[in-house]
Order: sequence, then structure tokens, then C-alpha cells
Amino acid sequence: MSYLIKGAALPSGRRADIRIAGGALAEVGGPLTAGPGEAVVDAEGLVALPGLVDIHTHLREPGREDAETVLSGSRAAAAGGYTCVHAMANTNPVADTAGVVEQVWRLGRAAGYVDVRPVGAVSVGLQGLHLAELAAMARSAAQVRVFSDDGQCVWDPVLMRRALEYVKGFGAVVAQHAQEPRLTEGAQMHEGVVSSQVGLAGWPAVAEESIIARDVLLAEHVGSRLHVCHVSTAGSVEIIRWAKARRIDVTAEVTPHHLLLTDERARTYNPVFKVNPPLRSSDDAEAVRAALADGTLDVVGTDHAPHPREAKDCEWAAAAFGMTGLETALPIVHQLMVETGRMTWQDVAAAMSARPALIGRVADQGRPLAAGEPANLTLFDPSARWTVEPERLQTASGNTPVAGWELRGRTVATFWAGRATVLEGEVV
Amino acid sequence: MKHLLSAADLGHDQAVAVLDVAEEMAATQAREIKKLPTLRGKTVVNLFFEDSTRTRISFETAAKRLSADVINFSPKGSSVSKGESLKDTVLTLGAMHTDGIVVRHPASGAPYQIAHSTWTDASVINAGDGTHQHPTQSLLDAMTIRRRLKGGQAGQDLSGLAVMIVGDVLHSRVARSGVDLFTALGAKVTLVAPATLLPVGVEAWPAEVFHDLDRALAEAPPDALMMLRVQRERMSSAGGGFFPSPQEYAREYGLDAPRLAALAPHALVMHPGPMNRGLEITSEAADGARSVIVEQVANGVAVRMAVLYLTLTGAKEPGA
Ligand SMILES: [Zn+2]
Repeated sequence: MSYLIKGAALPSGRRADIRIAGGALAEVGGPLTAGPGEAVVDAEGLVALPGLVDIHTHLREPGREDAETVLSGSRAAAAGGYTCVHAMANTNPVADTAGVVEQVWRLGRAAGYVDVRPVGAVSVGLQGLHLAELAAMARSAAQVRVFSDDGQCVWDPVLMRRALEYVKGFGAVVAQHAQEPRLTEGAQMHEGVVSSQVGLAGWPAVAEESIIARDVLLAEHVGSRLHVCHVSTAGSVEIIRWAKARRIDVTAEVTPHHLLLTDERARTYNPVFKVNPPLRSSDDAEAVRAALADGTLDVVGTDHAPHPREAKDCEWAAAAFGMTGLETALPIVHQLMVETGRMTWQDVAAAMSARPALIGRVADQGRPLAAGEPANLTLFDPSARWTVEPERLQTASGNTPVAGWELRGRTVATFWAGRATVLEGEVV
Repeated sequence: MKHLLSAADLGHDQAVAVLDVAEEMAATQAREIKKLPTLRGKTVVNLFFEDSTRTRISFETAAKRLSADVINFSPKGSSVSKGESLKDTVLTLGAMHTDGIVVRHPASGAPYQIAHSTWTDASVINAGDGTHQHPTQSLLDAMTIRRRLKGGQAGQDLSGLAVMIVGDVLHSRVARSGVDLFTALGAKVTLVAPATLLPVGVEAWPAEVFHDLDRALAEAPPDALMMLRVQRERMSSAGGGFFPSPQEYAREYGLDAPRLAALAPHALVMHPGPMNRGLEITSEAADGARSVIVEQVANGVAVRMAVLYLTLTGAKEPGA
């Protein structure tokens, strides 16, 4: 199937027609005329972005198919404008062998909505004790290039050092969930004024910052590449800024929810706002927004973390950590960063497509919208208004933190490898 | 008022009004026939997910004195410990046409969640949730202070009085609701604890903080001194390692004879119970002339009668 997209605004702001044929962008420019049998997509007023790439997604399969499957998560990703997601390893069984990562990779191919790139566990069973067979996962059909114990911190400094060293052999990266475990035992929310008042055990900023400080120094020492997941505090931003100034090879991510929300939400005791790392203070939220705008934080990663209803329909302390994000990330970034003039669409394309593809070493994703490039493309309508209704989202779980919110901007179409996965706002 | 979830929800006038009703209730309890017909036909469930015989008996007595039907329900553990879910438990009570639910729960916020859920439309009274709030405890404390130091007449507040709270503020719902209520009533509140037993964020509370009890007694002499219960297990490494030993805690923060002697003649000694005699308080202090600890228990019934009356009848408290 070939498509002619008429009148889209490229990230540069230039208007162009885009012809998609044979899985590639055949022509970008124009005006172009539709050929016989070519479907025309009216993109007047829409922004064309390279297909989004999520560096941090929980698809839950295998093991927690009640929360999400590779299929439902892939559909959610496509609906949100994504053409590639990195599926975190904390499944059951854990993705710590070539067999499991290949299984996830095959499920992704079978689903057929996005490029599902499995993340391999750093340690066997996420236990933080023994390195998993990283090379086997890297050399498997899944071609794993991102390793993470996400959900758990690689706490042991020796294990972290070994992982950073070992992945150099195949150009991979260690993505760290930075959480000092002893400082966060029983932790429920950001430790600060709000936690002191609502009586929920605190998760101090220093528990994140101390691990990041250690890890950037380890990465420097062994000359390896580090990615920091879901940076949530102003102090973490300062450490990463310092590390980059020292030319340490570190990249970092921020989630839409840490850009948008603060610990004030915990006053409702609604467990939908329980997430790890926790929602922080308004100063922290402003610091991560500023750091995304200035590039200190390289990418937006959703940390899409679906949970079945019963995991959230309970006391805060008993509830699971995590919130969904694939279908709302781009509108949130649009509202917070583009409408406010803090980022251009080129900046968004870099933070949500090009840079995450580079971190994950996904060669055919995150490419510029130019003739000859793979046809991974998202059309976004910045003027659309829609109300988030959890039951109408593609994800199998309802734990979105923006239920009932009116968001500005919506994905109208997504093309993955030349195939339309979303058209007229509907997953196809 | 429909619910009582947090002392922070009570403003000055409403708090005074609750204390006034509590005094009226207390007056009825001096009579030969203590039982009032006020809540006849209403059903109150004491839903206790956490053991507290003292608080449950106090609420039960209060409800029965108002002629309510009382059901005591103590689930064998909440969903926190993988029992029946909070939601299912409350839905079950809702199906039994419950008018009021008195909730004690180890998870902060559980009463708030019940009150704001669609699971029930009963009134919810917080009987202590996690490390969050215990509003009826603070109301009975305020009633005791007001009666002893101001006379207990209707309309009075705690202005001009200094209340000092000593001990494990970090884990204490009594301290949190106390700070909210006493300051709303115009008192000055001082907190005394090692920094390990104070929450990060306490600097934003409307209270002065000391780490040295003797200095605090000298510089901010209290009219009412409230000693909090300190759990011995908190000193162990597994329990958090908040202080080195019970002996050191008692030396630094215990109410002993010299500190008792340093108090002003009119000053009250209070404790929410149950006490660790010899740790945060000596028997001499607990049983001495200044101690109003037994009176606190008696006032607890009156305060809970007032709260049940105001929430379950929807009565407008006078002046509110
Ligand atoms: Zn994580």
C-alpha cells in the first residue's frame, strides 16, 4: 500500500507532501500528485514527526497478561504515535535469557504495530547478584542493545561496574533504575512537606541522586555508556549536567508524569498517582522541564506501567507502583514544552525519536523525514482536543494519571515501516 | 459534618463547637441514666483493621450511650496483608445499611479513600490511620486541656496556651492531628524529638521544633506536656535504628522526676496510651498529681459521642 500525505508541517516547520511506498519515504517535498491506487491523507494543520521511539515501556508479557500484552501494548504505542518501544525485562519469567528476549521479540513481530525491542535484564532474575548472559541476548535474534534491571536498582557497585564494562563488547548500554534500596525501604512517595503531612513513608531524592552520582563516576572510570531511567529530581539533573560537562558518556530520560505532576497529588490518596520514582516537588518538576528543554535530559521515556484494576483499587500502601503513558505522552509534551515555547518540534523529534533510537541502537528508527529513509512517521494534530477516558484507550489497563483531563493534541496517523497502524485517529 | 477524617479539616469555630457538644455529652454522663435516645435506629460499625481495644471500646461505649446499634468488625488483616480487600469489606458493610463506619487502619489514607469512594455513603470517622491522623484523640486531648486550664465553658478555645509534644513524631498520627487541632484552637505547639524521629518536611508545620527536652522545657515552658509512645523495636536496625537504646532515649526524652519538677505548677502531663512506663514516662510522672491520663480516657467517650452525634444526625453544630 502506498500513501500520499498532503500538506504536513515537517519538524522544521517547512510544509511538505510525503509519499510512502515500499516501506520507505519515496518523496518528501512537493507539491506531489497522487498516483493510481495511492491513498491520500489530508495533513493540513498536522505536524509530521519521525515515528516516536520509547526507551522505557513495560509490556508485561510474558507473565502479567492481565495488565497488558505485547499486542495491547503495541496498539497503545501506535495510538500514541510510536513506531518502536523498548520492552522492559521485569516480566515473569524475567527477560534474562536469549530465549525470553526472543519470545518477546517474536510476539512483537506477530502483533505487527511497532518495532518491539526487548530490553535484557542485567542480572539473573533481577536479583542483583550475578550478571545475566548479556552477550547471548545481544547476539540473539532480538539483538538486545539495552540492558536494565528496571524496577530494581543495580545496587551492588561491583555488579554495576562489571555490567558497564561487559556491554562494551557489543555496543550496548546499561539503563539504570536509580534507587538506593536501603534509603527507600517501605517508601511510598516523595519525602518532603507533603509526605510529612499525609503520613506516607518518604522516598528521598538523595536515594536517586546518590546512585546516579556513583554510576556516572563508574561509567567514566571504565569508559562505558550509561543511561539513567526516569530522572525525577533537581539534584539528579545537576549531577547529569556535571557529568556531561566532564564528557562522561551518559544519557538520561524523563517521564511525561514527572514533567506534569507533583507530590501534591498524594493528598488524594488515589493510588493511580503512586509511581516509582515518585512524583516530586514542583521545584523538581520545573527542573526536569528545564533540563529537557536544554538537552541535559536527552529523551522522554514513558515508563508506561500498566496494572490491573485491583492493583490500584486499594489502600495507597498496598497499591502497585506505576502509571500508563504511551497514549498521552506526546500531547503532554506538546502542552508543557511546545505550546510554552520551550521546545520546537525539531526538539521533540530529537527527544522522542532520534535520541532514544540512538541510545537503543535502533538503526532504522528515529531517522529524519527525508526521501529514502524508512517510512516511520507520525502525524499529530496540535489543535485537537480530547478527554482521556481510560476505557477508550488501547492499553489493557486503566491506570492513567490523566483520566478525565482534556488534552491538547492527538495522534491522527502512524506509519510503521510503510504500513499505516493508525489512520484518522483509529488503530488499524 | 458528614465525616471526620482529619483534624486539619476542622477550623477554629468547628473545633470549638465539637468540644462544646462533647461537654454537653459529658454532662449527661454524670446522670444516673447515661443512655440517650439520639441515635436510636442507627447502625455504627467499628471497622478495626488494626488492634486497638482501647479505642474500639471507647467508640463502642459512645455509640451505645447514644442508643445506636453497634457492630464490631475486625477483619483478619487488610489487603496490605493480603486479606479481603478494603473495597470488598466496605461494600459488604454498605449492603447492610450502615449509617456510620468508624475506621482504624494501618494504612495512611484508608478512611479518606472510603469516604471519597463510591463503595458506601455512610459517614466515616477516622479512628486512626497509619501515621496520618487520629482526630478524636486530639479532640479528647483538647477537651482535657480546655477543661483543666480554661474551665471548659462553651465557646472557649486554647489561645494563650502552650502544648508540647515529645517523642516519636515521625510515626505518630496523634502528633499530626494534635498539631493541626491545637494550632487551629489558638495554642502554640512545640515538638521535641531527636531528628531521626521527626519527619523531613516538619519545618513547614506550624510548630517550633527542639531536639533538647531540657532546653525546650526552659525556653518554651508548656501548659500541657504530651508524651508520645515510643516503640522499643524502633531502635533495632531492622526497625529503622532511630535511636541507640531505650536507656539513651529515656535519659534524653523521658519524663522523669527532675523534668517533672521543672514544670509550672499548673502544667498537665498527658499521654495518649498505652504507656511504656520507664521509657518515655516514669510511673512517678504517669501517676502523679499533674497527670490527667485517666481523665483523657473518660473524655474520649464524650468526644466520640459528640462526633458520632454530629456526623450521623447531620446536626449543625452550634455556631458552625
Ligand atoms: Zn524504573
